Amino acid sequence: MRERNIRSSAETGSGSGGTGDEPVPFMQRLLDNHWLLLLLGVAIPAVLYVIWGVMEVAQIPLAQ
Amino acid sequence: MADATLFRTCPDTGLPVHLPAQRLIKANAVAGVLALALGGLQGLMVALTRWPDLQLLPAEAFYTMLTGHGLNVLLFWIIFFEVAILYFASAILLKSRLAAPNLAWVGFVLMAVGALTTNYAVFQGDSSVMFTSYVPMRASPLFYLGIILFAVGALIGCFIFFATLVIAKDEKTYEGSIPLVTFGALTAAIIAVFTIASGAIILIPTLLWSLDLIPEIDPLLYKVIWWAMGHSSQQINVSAHVAVWYCIAAMVLGAKPLSEKVSRMAFLMYILFLQIASAHHLLVEPGISSNWKIFNTSYALYLAVVGSMIHGLSVPGAVEAAQRRRGFTRGAFEWLRKAPWGNPAFAGMFTSLVYFGFLGGISGVVMGAEQLNLIMHNTLYVPGHFHATVVAGTTLAFMAITYLVVPLIWRREIMFPTLAKWQPYIFGLGAAGISLFMMGAGTLGVSRRHWDINFTDAALSFSYPDTAFLMMALNGLSGLLAAIGGVMFVVIVVSSILFGKKRGDDAAETNPVIGVGGGQAVASYGSEGTLKLPGTMILVGVFFIAFFLYYWVNWKYLSEVWPLS
Ligand code: HEM
Repeated sequence: MRERNIRSSAETGSGSGGTGDEPVPFMQRLLDNHWLLLLLGVAIPAVLYVIWGVMEVAQIPLAQ
Repeated sequence: MADATLFRTCPDTGLPVHLPAQRLIKANAVAGVLALALGGLQGLMVALTRWPDLQLLPAEAFYTMLTGHGLNVLLFWIIFFEVAILYFASAILLKSRLAAPNLAWVGFVLMAVGALTTNYAVFQGDSSVMFTSYVPMRASPLFYLGIILFAVGALIGCFIFFATLVIAKDEKTYEGSIPLVTFGALTAAIIAVFTIASGAIILIPTLLWSLDLIPEIDPLLYKVIWWAMGHSSQQINVSAHVAVWYCIAAMVLGAKPLSEKVSRMAFLMYILFLQIASAHHLLVEPGISSNWKIFNTSYALYLAVVGSMIHGLSVPGAVEAAQRRRGFTRGAFEWLRKAPWGNPAFAGMFTSLVYFGFLGGISGVVMGAEQLNLIMHNTLYVPGHFHATVVAGTTLAFMAITYLVVPLIWRREIMFPTLAKWQPYIFGLGAAGISLFMMGAGTLGVSRRHWDINFTDAALSFSYPDTAFLMMALNGLSGLLAAIGGVMFVVIVVSSILFGKKRGDDAAETNPVIGVGGGQAVASYGSEGTLKLPGTMILVGVFFIAFFLYYWVNWKYLSEVWPLS
């Protein structure tokens, strides 16, 4: 995988993304994966805030 | 592949500038400034009405003006400008072409038509429902339609940004990781997608309800989902203005973040945890469990607060490190004393950072604690807090970067340089004043969104302490000061764009706006890699002491309103 072969600047400090053979650290790959970040940034608040919140409201008993 | 004829090379930064992106940046920035001019004027009228001795507007006009103010400044000004930032941080900083400029224009037109439609509805006078438009208050369908069109346009802007990241990667216009400023913009764009999706989920049914196509909308459900939009949009602002802070520090001083990794982790904390802070708007709502409230506003949110504290250390730290590299090494604070305080871009950035942290940040954490929230919920403390964040913080930061955008993107010199030097201080002081005095009045119990603090027609009389009246008068005076600063900004920017001296290619030498290495620092990856920053550490210490004392004082207040023994 191309990404695996690029030691980006977090590693090298150069900002140019060198071409060493060491694997790119997990956090670096996460931060460079913009689509995964988008997924996390939408899914986490959707579950913790919206879905959980809507469930709370839905559980309020209706007045008789 | 990119067509080279569609690029120019910026003589100041050395960066290639995609001309279609440049046109879109200009259009969005201008639309934003127009919204700010209108919304700022409305803010002044609101402030002068809340000054009890003046009470400028009659009651109905007050609520109409307040609705228009919230929409024009919080939504239209800030989001237009943010779209400009997204295009700048993607196409320009990545040295790439912007994806689908024609579609970006469609987005712009939708936003402009949406903003005009909503303003039209508000000015008709039958949609004074405040920008929160809580049901069962009902506005005209055009009110909701306008906001929905605006949001769709903004969503298009976000996806143009994502598509530009893909193009830049494919066409290898950069290597390794994107620059930090672009990463901050990415954070803002991700939060924007969640924000706009939540807005669509709640505002489309509300539009249908206003057309009588849906019988009712549950008010509590509305609040829960509306705030997923309403508050998350503030988190877009935070991410965008933090990116702007890094951007200005880099461009003006060639400053790099202390550690790229750590600053990126701080942005990651925003992506993961900042949006759930929306729950603090529902802290006093019955029917929702404390588990949901406390988890969302405390435990998880504090991780995002840690993110802000990291930026709060990293931005001044980067400035200090850059200044020390330039030779300002004497004592703890020579770097700060000899900072370019006469440069409105730098002055606006640094004061925005201080106001945002000390006024907005501390008050936000205090208000976000469920128990403390009880003593200030729905009082003027709330607008006090968010004028520190979105006015003294975001708006001032966006004003500051405009002083770079005009020479770099419009290629015009800033007109009235002396006025420009003073503008960030005057606006900042006014904005800090409205924040502080509204917070002061709120602490004394004065309600927000209330025309008459004398309760003239009320069946049961009530009077606030005299100090509350003093606070409201000081708030009015600060509003005047902020409005003067706002008018100065609009006059300087509009006249520079229209009549400013053209900036020739030699201006980079004769009248530089970018510091040595600024173009390189902003568009590439790299850290200062030092923590030998005595001045910043002292400032951070002062911040923590202020934070602790203020937090403690508020628990003390709470114990007085709510004696337990
Ligand atoms: C000249 C500058 C400004 C002045 C004098 C001003 C003043 C005020 C005042 C007095 C209120 C009313 C508080 C109340 O009665 O509840 C208010 C509300 C508000 N302001 Fe401003 N403001 C200014 C600029 C801004 C800017 C730049 C923003 C956003 C970026 C902003 C966002 C808001 C919002 C969202 C509200 C709440 C509206 C509502 O409760 O529905 N203001 N402002």
